[in-house]
Amino acid sequence: MATVRLSFSPAPVHVRTARLVGVAVARRAGVREDLLDEVRLAIGEACTRAVALHRQYGLADPVLVEMSDAGVYAVRVVDRAPIEAGIGLAALDADQLANESLNEDDLTTGVGFALLAGFVEDLQVRPVEDGIGTEVRMVWPVNR
Amino acid sequence: MELSLATRTVGEHTVLEVGGEVDVYTAPRLRERLLELIDAGARHVVVDLGRVDFLDSTGLGVLVGALKRLRTADGTFALVCDKEPLLKIFRITALDQVFPLHSTVEAATGAGA
Repeated sequence: MATVRLSFSPAPVHVRTARLVGVAVARRAGVREDLLDEVRLAIGEACTRAVALHRQYGLADPVLVEMSDAGVYAVRVVDRAPIEAGIGLAALDADQLANESLNEDDLTTGVGFALLAGFVEDLQVRPVEDGIGTEVRMVWPVNR
Repeated sequence: MELSLATRTVGEHTVLEVGGEVDVYTAPRLRERLLELIDAGARHVVVDLGRVDFLDSTGLGVLVGALKRLRTADGTFALVCDKEPLLKIFRITALDQVFPLHSTVEAATGAGA
């Protein structure tokens, strides 16, 4: 059961709000203080990715963020873009990052995925169960 | 905290001091400022991240874009950063192998970065 649910129109300006709410709920849930920077970054990256996909596909649907603290702190960020766009992301290595031909959007996507994978031990990217879209699910331990 | 941008000159280097949060909303302003500097003739650019308290993939993409643009123009681009949380971001993304990273502006400008 989600304890806090937030949905926002897919505009960059709202990603900061999602980060702030996500960290506030994490703190309240009992996530360790030294993990909160990583929580903030990971939620921001997942929401940035969702906003980018909605804009790429011209979707006005809101991005959904669900936060629950039943035993662990679990965050789901749900987009409504076609599945093939959201799955199969890959982190880039240093040579690819410095490659002159790589455009900024692709680079940002690769870097964003590297940050998610690097900062979230328990990370899943999978199709949503209802309808079109993908969900990024991130889990952090809580101290209770 | 809002993005803040301030420019100063140290020898032949243009130092851009960035503060606040660099994310998907504010990064376009950083991109615009860097392009303005480069278009105005700056060829040795140092971006001081000392007062940045949040940096995401969009901001990193903008910095890589500036690095590539200056390389093409026979210029140089370096970053100043001594905050561990930000340094960790550079390590995780392997961008610490792409950017010259310095702990102080003096090191970045004195090293001929």
